[in-house]
Amino acid sequence: MPSTTAFLLLSALIFTVGLVGVTVRRNMITVLMSLELMLNAVNINLVAFSQRFSSLEGHVFPVFIICIAAGEAAVGLAIIIQLYRLKSTVNVDEVTELNG
Amino acid sequence: MTDPLMLTGVSLALFVIVGAIAVASSILVVSMRNPVHSALFLLLTFLCVAILFVSMGAEFVGAVQVLVYAGGIMVLFLFVVMLINVKALPKEKVFTATSMMGVLMGVLLFIILAIILASGTWAPAVNAPENLRTAVVVKTTPVVDAGGATIQTETVTRDVVGNAEAVGMALYRDYLVPFEVASLFLLVAMVGAIVIGKRELDASEEEAIPEFIAKKVSDEDRLKEVTGA
Repeated sequence: MPSTTAFLLLSALIFTVGLVGVTVRRNMITVLMSLELMLNAVNINLVAFSQRFSSLEGHVFPVFIICIAAGEAAVGLAIIIQLYRLKSTVNVDEVTELNG
Repeated sequence: MTDPLMLTGVSLALFVIVGAIAVASSILVVSMRNPVHSALFLLLTFLCVAILFVSMGAEFVGAVQVLVYAGGIMVLFLFVVMLINVKALPKEKVFTATSMMGVLMGVLLFIILAIILASGTWAPAVNAPENLRTAVVVKTTPVVDAGGATIQTETVTRDVVGNAEAVGMALYRDYLVPFEVASLFLLVAMVGAIVIGKRELDASEEEAIPEFIAKKVSDEDRLKEVTGA
């Protein structure tokens, strides 16, 4: 098996685990952590492809993705704190204010 | 053509061990009931992924991964977990029909991705492998020509500088505008997080605001009051 495929399979596995975490878990903090897992899997993918094709773009984009992940984590955690203050829960099923 | 990421001997063993730890700890992140344990396993996953980055030859991304993810984001997560009383939260049911459906969907997605990966063929690389570790360097040297005039000649070379400098050159030369937009994004995210996360002042704290601010006294009136005019 070509080694790039091994890295891509690993990244697919971690991405799938993260996706299952986002859909299955009800604790909002764990959902955010699973999101970080998915973003990290994408980074593995990009770096593996960049090594395969010797292209520097695959090293630049993970930096942007990590940047986005940092901003997303900060805002998401602020929302979690405000939610906990308001309703004393971080369970996503109990937040039904918007009737979604 | 040969795969640049060919895993043999030590590198294969490293990939298998670190990859197995990464996958196992990511599964534990999702399955742990206590968010503190989840956060610590997430840290382990990030560190394993950083090792994989370095083993692939992406030292800069690996360093950023350790600094930003393991250093910054994890501290943020742990802070929030500490602020929230996780012991008082109601127990979350794990093995429900919905969650089983979620796991099944995940397994199916992975099978689909694996089939796609196994059936694909690789396009040839367009760049030379040293593209990842070299940066374009333009040198100008003054040369005196036959007429006695000095002209500047530019020589463009690719110097071997290492991965971090090559990525830095790409970031600040080819991707300067996205880089600036990213910094703007971080500023907006920071302001947003502060505004969302701060608590509303209650009545007793509102009283602590100086009278002339609360009453919106104009500057002229305030000046008259202070000088006694």
